[in-house]
Amino acid sequence: MKKTITALAMTAIMAAGAAKAAELEVVHWWTSGGEAAAVAEFAKALDASGHKWVDGAIAGGGGTNAIPAVVSRLLGGDPMGATQFNHGRQTEDLIQEGLFLDLTELSEKEGWRDFVFPGSLLDACTYDGRLYCVPVNIHSWQWIWLSNPAFQKAGLDVPTNWDEFVASAPKLRAAGIAPMAVGAQAWQSTGMITEVLAVAIAGPDTWNKVNIDKDASVAAGPAYTKVFEAAATARELAADISVTDWNLATAAVITGQAAAQIMGDWAQGEFAVAEQVAGKDYSCLPGLGVNPVLSLGGDAFYFPKNKDAETTKAQLELASLMISKEVQVSFNLKKGSLPVRGDVNLSAANDCMKKGLGLLADGKILAGGNIALSRDTIGQIEDLMVQFWNDTSMSAADAQAKYAAIIAQAD
Amino acid sequence: MADSKRPSILSRNISSKIASIPMALTALVIFIGCSTWTVVYSFTGSKLLPKLRWTGLSQYDRLWGTDRWIVSIENLAIYGFCMLLFSMVVGFVMAALLDQRIRFENTFRSIFLYPYALSFVVTGLTWQWMLNPTFGVQKVVRDWGYTAFTFAPLTDSDYAIYGVLMAGLWQGTGLVMVIMLAGLRGIDEDIWKATRVDGIPKWKTYIRIVIPLMRGAIITALVLVATSIIKVFDLIVAQTQGGPGLATEVPAKYVMDMMFRNQNLGQGFAASTMMLAFVIIILIPWTVYEYREKRRG
Repeated sequence: MKKTITALAMTAIMAAGAAKAAELEVVHWWTSGGEAAAVAEFAKALDASGHKWVDGAIAGGGGTNAIPAVVSRLLGGDPMGATQFNHGRQTEDLIQEGLFLDLTELSEKEGWRDFVFPGSLLDACTYDGRLYCVPVNIHSWQWIWLSNPAFQKAGLDVPTNWDEFVASAPKLRAAGIAPMAVGAQAWQSTGMITEVLAVAIAGPDTWNKVNIDKDASVAAGPAYTKVFEAAATARELAADISVTDWNLATAAVITGQAAAQIMGDWAQGEFAVAEQVAGKDYSCLPGLGVNPVLSLGGDAFYFPKNKDAETTKAQLELASLMISKEVQVSFNLKKGSLPVRGDVNLSAANDCMKKGLGLLADGKILAGGNIALSRDTIGQIEDLMVQFWNDTSMSAADAQAKYAAIIAQAD
Repeated sequence: MADSKRPSILSRNISSKIASIPMALTALVIFIGCSTWTVVYSFTGSKLLPKLRWTGLSQYDRLWGTDRWIVSIENLAIYGFCMLLFSMVVGFVMAALLDQRIRFENTFRSIFLYPYALSFVVTGLTWQWMLNPTFGVQKVVRDWGYTAFTFAPLTDSDYAIYGVLMAGLWQGTGLVMVIMLAGLRGIDEDIWKATRVDGIPKWKTYIRIVIPLMRGAIITALVLVATSIIKVFDLIVAQTQGGPGLATEVPAKYVMDMMFRNQNLGQGFAASTMMLAFVIIILIPWTVYEYREKRRG
């Protein structure tokens, strides 16, 4: 009941600041420096079209604060102009309630199917054959970032795959370098184990069986046993350094304090800010150098249904702007992510980004956990992984059995 | 009650009855109504939105099969037991000491009550910093020369909940002390005089005479502390975020995370129904007991 009151209060506060027609209030959770600069590209484009962008940023990584606020506003009948969501299954319920604008006609008119690449990005926005969101970027998890100077200091070559990296750990330690840095937040260990180690070690087909088909017997099987053994190894390798945020772990790699971090491609933004050069100061191995495959995560915008015809028109214009060539390039260069269109030219891309683009072009792609699993299942897995990661008495076999149980009841 | 001339129940004290209508409505609609609604929806498979899709007891099955929930209950039990015990005992002892007509009583009272004026978020953050090994208490003591000194409860899964307990006690004990002090001040001076004349030692007077007379104050403090225990949430979020691992998870945080992070309202409702059940299990025998006492007395 406390919740109800909070929701009511929230709705009341929000209602007071409702937007006028032709003004579009856009809710998102991109508040860090680079993210805000990227959002500004959207705002610029919309303002240039004659409408007005009203920024509704709600801080909190992964939308933890924004999503409840958005949901209570939508249910309270006070829709905003547009709202960010990680595309995937987060919004199924809201779509079923008919709260979002159907973008199917716009996308058919502009031929989104022809240029959005890979096409599965649109599938993630589709429910019952209708399109409800605009994907704006692609992020992938399957990267390990290695500090070249750290390996040189230990007298080693920079490893080219996971096994070489594990083998190099004792020498790194002897040289006073922490083999790995992993932040303490739940999503970091979860992503590392279920998205990166699983794809790299068990392979994409096995990963699909577990995450897409939700086959618990595969999750309990020998391929995943190796994944959890690798996870236990990673837990041991990461014990030397204790940080909370992912970017602090990245910073440890940048300074050579730690030799490696397994993290999504957003880590690249940190290397860029520190003026590190890919291939010289740091190396990256997609799929840990074992199975170079990328899963498609990313962000998408939804447009809540609105009674005002003017606003609806403006919403459709914004949707079409977000996916247009110019905005895709300017936005993604700032954000450090890959564009959702196959027909734009990112000449400014660095070594690692090019590796990513190459994998996209070769079709070495997976659906990604956000798209395959419901938020509920992801939350359960996070709880398990955080327990496993922090409690060294929990064995790999225990964790695997519990993981399989979660997959068995995943919806 | 066979008096035929008594005014009807409705017309007696009519103005005070009208005045209590808003509160009565609040109690009925918010407390009873919303709680019932929550219990009903805990039997559904509601995800992001509440929907009447019946799933029977499956939410409860899952709840009691979840490690995190079990750990949360254990943590709440440890925190609750220690909090109740220490805040009542320490609160009473501090009140008894303050009651010795010491100098600067007002100053001490303010100092002890002051933490209660802070929000749990501030308390949590302050104690997180104080218990942080790199710049908190441990560092200060090590800088004094005791380099082997280790004191970092929040980084150790086995002790983290006691780190939270410290912050909770620091904040909550002052309030207990003030209530107890009020109770002590309500004790008739003559009782003290009589015991002095009879030569009964002071500690015995406290335990045998004063504490039983302070029943009202003790129960008030007990209820306030008990409710603060059941609903502990912001302290945890500010101080540890439930970590390290699951070491300081509590039921209220489980409810919030299920509802908003997992977008699984049904599971959150099932957990909050269990919390309600705990409260009722403790409350009902106690109310019945109190009610009987009153009738007898």
